[in-house]
Amino acid sequence: MFGLNKKDTTLLIAVAFLALCAPFILNPFPEGSSLAQFNAGYPDLMQRFVIFGIFAIGFNILFGLTGYLSFGHAAFLGVGSYSAVWMFKLLGMNVLPAIALSVVVAGLFALLIGYISLRRSGIYFSILTLAFAQMSFNLAYSVLTPITNGETGLQLTLNDPRILGQSATADGGIPVTNLLPGIEMRDTFTMELGPWLFQFNTGYYLCAVFLLLAFYLSVRIFRSPFGLMLRAVKSNQQRMYYTGLNTRPYTLAAFVISGMYAGLAGGLMASMDPLAGAERMQWTASGEVVLMTILGGAGTLIGPVLGAGFIKYFENIFSKINDSVLHGWFGFMPDGLENALVFVSHFFVGKSWHLTLGLLFMLVVTFLPGGLVEGGQRIGRLFRRKSAEDAKSTDVKPAE
Amino acid sequence: MDAIILQILNGLDKGSAYALIALGLTLIFGTLGVVNFAHGALFMIGAFCAVTVQRVLNFSYETIDPSQTDFLGNPLVVKTPYVFSWFGPETGASIIDWSVPLAILFAIPVMIVVGFVMERGLIKHFYKRPHADQILVTFGLAIVLQELIKYFYGANPIQTGAPDVFRGSFDFGVMLGFDPNVIIYPYWRLVYFAFAAVIIGAVFAFLQFTTFGMVVRAGMADRETVGLLGINIDKKFTIMFGLAAAVAGLAGVMYAPINSPNYHMGMDFLVLSFVVVVVGGMGSLPGAVLAGFLLGILESFASMNEIKSILPGIDQIIIYLVAIIILLTRPRGLMGRKGVMED
Amino acid sequence: MSKTNLTRRGVLQTGAVAGAGLALPTYLSAASHTGFTNAPGDSSVTLGFNVPQTGAYADEGADELRAYELAVEHLNGGGDGGMLPTFSSKVLDGTGILGRKVEYVTGDTQTKSDAARASAKAMIEKEGAIMITGGSSSGVAVAVQGLCQEAGVIFMAGLTHSNDTTGKDKKANGFRHFFNAYMSAAALAPVLAKMYGNDRKAYHLTADYTWGWTQQESIAAATEAMGWETVNNVLTPLASTDFSSYIAPVLNSGADVLVLNHYGGNMVNSLTNAVQFGLREKQVNGKNFEIVVPLYSRLMARGAGENVKGIFGSTNWHWSLQDEGSKAFVKSFGTKYGFPPSQAAHTCYVQTLLYADAVTRGGSFNPCAVAEALEGFEFDGLGNGPTLYRAEDHQCFKDVLVVKGKENPTSEFDLLEIVEVTPRAQVEYAADHPMFAGGQLGSCNPGA
Repeated sequence: MFGLNKKDTTLLIAVAFLALCAPFILNPFPEGSSLAQFNAGYPDLMQRFVIFGIFAIGFNILFGLTGYLSFGHAAFLGVGSYSAVWMFKLLGMNVLPAIALSVVVAGLFALLIGYISLRRSGIYFSILTLAFAQMSFNLAYSVLTPITNGETGLQLTLNDPRILGQSATADGGIPVTNLLPGIEMRDTFTMELGPWLFQFNTGYYLCAVFLLLAFYLSVRIFRSPFGLMLRAVKSNQQRMYYTGLNTRPYTLAAFVISGMYAGLAGGLMASMDPLAGAERMQWTASGEVVLMTILGGAGTLIGPVLGAGFIKYFENIFSKINDSVLHGWFGFMPDGLENALVFVSHFFVGKSWHLTLGLLFMLVVTFLPGGLVEGGQRIGRLFRRKSAEDAKSTDVKPAE
Repeated sequence: MDAIILQILNGLDKGSAYALIALGLTLIFGTLGVVNFAHGALFMIGAFCAVTVQRVLNFSYETIDPSQTDFLGNPLVVKTPYVFSWFGPETGASIIDWSVPLAILFAIPVMIVVGFVMERGLIKHFYKRPHADQILVTFGLAIVLQELIKYFYGANPIQTGAPDVFRGSFDFGVMLGFDPNVIIYPYWRLVYFAFAAVIIGAVFAFLQFTTFGMVVRAGMADRETVGLLGINIDKKFTIMFGLAAAVAGLAGVMYAPINSPNYHMGMDFLVLSFVVVVVGGMGSLPGAVLAGFLLGILESFASMNEIKSILPGIDQIIIYLVAIIILLTRPRGLMGRKGVMED
Repeated sequence: MSKTNLTRRGVLQTGAVAGAGLALPTYLSAASHTGFTNAPGDSSVTLGFNVPQTGAYADEGADELRAYELAVEHLNGGGDGGMLPTFSSKVLDGTGILGRKVEYVTGDTQTKSDAARASAKAMIEKEGAIMITGGSSSGVAVAVQGLCQEAGVIFMAGLTHSNDTTGKDKKANGFRHFFNAYMSAAALAPVLAKMYGNDRKAYHLTADYTWGWTQQESIAAATEAMGWETVNNVLTPLASTDFSSYIAPVLNSGADVLVLNHYGGNMVNSLTNAVQFGLREKQVNGKNFEIVVPLYSRLMARGAGENVKGIFGSTNWHWSLQDEGSKAFVKSFGTKYGFPPSQAAHTCYVQTLLYADAVTRGGSFNPCAVAEALEGFEFDGLGNGPTLYRAEDHQCFKDVLVVKGKENPTSEFDLLEIVEVTPRAQVEYAADHPMFAGGQLGSCNPGA
C-alpha cells in the first residue's frame, strides 16, 4: 500500500492509529483520581509530542542515515517559527500559507548553512552547524530584535496589518489561527465518558496529519535508492569517493530535507501558539533533538518520535508534581512514612525533574544501546517467546 | 594603543579559562576517544570545592546577642566561626580569607577521585560505543551532577572572594608610560593567568618527559599498537582521566573569585570549550591552548566600543564567526591531525 | 456537538449532573453554561503558579512559590492570616474565594517564553486553572500575559520590571503589581543627584535585550534631567559571564559613575568584576568613582557578597519596612520558613490576595468582572502604602524604595538598607508616556 512493503505499511497504520487515538491513549486515568497527574492528553502537550516528533523524524533523516551530527538544527525550527508568525502578522491568520513559508524559508536557510558546513565532516561539521545556530540565536536575542522581538519573542499585536484578514476582531481581541474561516486551531471537542474526559483538538489533528505525511515521506526516503546512498555515506564515505561518486549533493539534499522538516515543526508550533521565542534556536534546543533521536534510537523510523514523546512528557508532567500533589498521593500512609516518601520524591519530581531526566538518559543509553526502540524490541521478543503461536504480532518494529 | 593592550590582557585571562578546560577535554578526546559533555560539570565541581572549603571554614557556633534583634524581632543569633575560637579572631579571619587558595589542596584529591569514579564506573563502558551514545550518557551525567549541586547549594551564585591582598588592580599603564588608570588589571586575574600557565606547562612537561607521558602520547597516536606491546593502556587512561578532571577542577577553583560560582556555570562553558578544542584541532594539545588564548583575545577585542560601533552585536558572535572561518580555511582546525573524529 | 475553547472545569461540573455514570459519551460545552474559561466548581477553585524552578532564577522562583503557598494558606483560613488583617479591603474572610477552597497547581517556566507558555497552557487546558501568576523575567511575563489574553484567563504578573509589560505589550487580562524601570529611575535619580552631585558623567553597561534597553533608557533620561551626562552606553551579551573587557575601558572614558543595567547572574558578575578592577577606590574628575545598580534583587545580591556595600539601587519592597502590612507578612513568612521573604515573594503574595479580593468584590470568577474590580482599585496595607491599580494600563502605582548595600550587615539576609521611600506622586507618569507607547490593552477576554 502507498508503495510500501508490508512491514512498513503495518508501521504506518500503527502510527496513524496511535496519532488518531492519542486523546484516549494519553488520558488513561479518570479525572479527579490521584493518577490523573500523569495524564498527558491535553491539546498543548499532544501538539508538542507530534511537533517534536516531526522535528526528530527530520533530524533522523540526516543523522540516522548519513551519520552527520548537526548540532544546530534548532536554528531551522526557529527560523520556521519566525516566518510563520510574520505571515500571521502581515498576511492573515490562515495557517497553511504560514506553514508553507516556514518550510520554504527553513529550507533556504538549511541550503545556505548546509552548503558551507558540509565541506567538513565528523565533529568539524557538528561545530560548524553549532556555530551557525548560536550566531542565529545570539543575534535574534539582541541585534535582530526589530525582526524577532528579542527576549520576549515575536507576538501578534492589535496593530498588525494582516492584509488578508483583520487586525482585530469585532470584540477587540487578536484574531486566532485557523485552517479555514471558522475552523480554529484552538477548537476543542470535549468528550466525557463516565469519569474519563477526552479532548479532541483541531490543531492537534492538523499536526497529526502533518506527522503522518512526514512519517510516510521519511519511510519512503529510508527505502529509496537515495536513502541507500545516504547510508553508504555513513558506512564509508571514502569508498564512495573512490568509486567516483560525489556524495555532497546527496548529503546536502538530506540536510535541506531535514531542515525543512524542522521548519515544518516550527511553522506548526507557531500555528498552534503564535509566538516565536529566540531560545528555540539556542544550542540546548539543538541538543534536545539530538538527545531525542539518540534516546529513541537513531536510524530507526519510529525511534525519534518515541524519544521526542519521552522528553516532552518529562518536561511537562514531572515538573508539575509539587509538594501538595505528593502529600495527596502518600497521604494514606502514617505521617512519618509519608514525609519520608515526600522527601525522597523531592529529588526526582517538581523542580528536580531535570535530575530524573538525566538519570534516565544514562540508564537508557547504558542498558539499551539501541535506545527506546531496542527496549520495545526486547519486550516484543519476550512477548513472542511466551506466545510463539502469535508469530504475526503487530509490534511497532523499527526499520532496522 | 592603550585600548589594544588592555584588551589583550583581558583576553589572556578569558583565554586561560578556555585553555584549561579545553586542555582536559582534548586529553580525554585524544587518549580515550570519548566526547565528554560532562567536562563542564567537572569545572563547576572544582569551583564548588572552593565554595565548600569556604563553608567548612565558616562553620560557626551560635551565641545570642540580646542587644540586637533579627527580622522577626527575636534576639539576634550571632554566628562565630570555630576557626576564630581555635586560632584567635585575626588568624581565623585570615584563614577564611585564604579559603580559595586553600581549596586547591582540597580540590586535587577530590577531582582525581571524581575522575576515577567517572571513568571506571561509567565512561569505560562507552569506549567502543558510537560518539552519539557517549554524548547522551555524559550529557545525562552532567545534568545529574548539576542538579545535585543545585540541590545542596541552591541556584543563586555564591560569592567566593579572593584573599584581601589580591583585591584591587595593578596599573600596567604607568609601567608602560601611559597615564594612570588607563590600563588596569585586577591582581587576582594576574594570579589566574600565572596559575594557568603553570598548570599548562606542568601538563606538557608531564607528557613530554615522563615514561607515563610517553605511553599516553603513543596511545593517542595508535592505541592498538601500544596495547599489543603489552602495556596496560586502560589503567594509564584511567589515570589520564583523573588528571584531566583535576585540571578542569583546578581551573574551576581558581575561577571562583572571578565570577561567583553557580550550578550551571559548567554548561555555560561547555559549548565554548568544545568550540575551542575543535578550532585548535582534534587531538592536539598545543592547538587547544593556542585556540583558547586566540578566541579569548578576539572576544575581548570584539567588545571594544570602537569595533562595536562599526559592527553592532559583533561581540555576540565573534567566537562562532572565527570558528567558522578557521574551520573553512583549515580543515582540521589550527593544529589538528588527520583522521581524528572526522567520521 | 458544540465547540469549546480551552475549558475543562465547567465540563466537569455540568457533566457531573448530566452525564455521571452514563456509559454513553456526552458532548457538553462549558461555554454555554458559564460564559468563561475554566469556571470553577462549587467546592474549589484552582490557581496556576508558574515560576522558574530550573535555570538561573530557580531560587527566586522557589521563594515565589513559598509566598504563593502562604497566600493560599491564608486565603483558606490557615496560619496567622498574614496581610489579610492589614489589607484595607476586608472582604476576604479566610473561607477561600467566594466560598470555594483555594487549590493550586505549579509549573516550571525555565525562564524561557516557550516553556513558560507550555506550562501555563497545561495549567489552563489540563488542570483547569482560572488564573495564572508568577515569573521572574519580563520576557516570560509578556509571553504568558499574551497567552492568558488569548485563553481568557487573568494573568497576575510576578517579578517583571520592563516598561513593556504594562507599556507596549500590555493586555487587558494582565495585571502588574511590581514596579518598573521608569519608576526605578524616577526614584533613584534624585537620590543619586543628592549623594553624588549634579555634575556627573555616567557610563552605562546594559544587558542586550528588551528589559536592559528600557531600563537604560529610563535611567539615562532621569539622570540627565538631574544634570548628569551619559558618556557611553555599551550593550553586553546576555550570555556573558565575564564582564572584564567591558569594564576595563570605563576608567579611561572620563566617566565617574558606572551604571549596571543588569539583573540576576549578569548583575552579580558585572558588579563583582567592577569591584575587582578596584573601580570604587579610584578618583576620576576629582570625585570618587561610584557604581549604581538600578534594580536590586536581595537574593541575587547575596551572590555578590560584600561587593554590594554602599551601592545604590531600587527595589519594590524590602522586609525591613516597618508598616503593619510588611511586618505581618515578614512575621508570617519568617515563622513558616525561617528567613525573610524577598521582593519577588512579596509581589507574588500580594498579587494572589489582590486577585482573590477582586473576585470577591466583583462577585464572579469571570475575568472581565475581575478586571473591572481591579481597574482603578485603591488599596492600602499590603506593604507599599496607598496603592492604585491604574485602569489605563493595569500598572500599580505605589511608593518605591531606594536602597543601598549595607555596610555592617548583622545577618546573611541583612544586605540592604532603605535610604528613602520615594512617594508615589514622584514616580507616576501619564499612561501615554512615550516610553510606554505603542500598545493597547484591547478588550478583556473571558475565553469561551
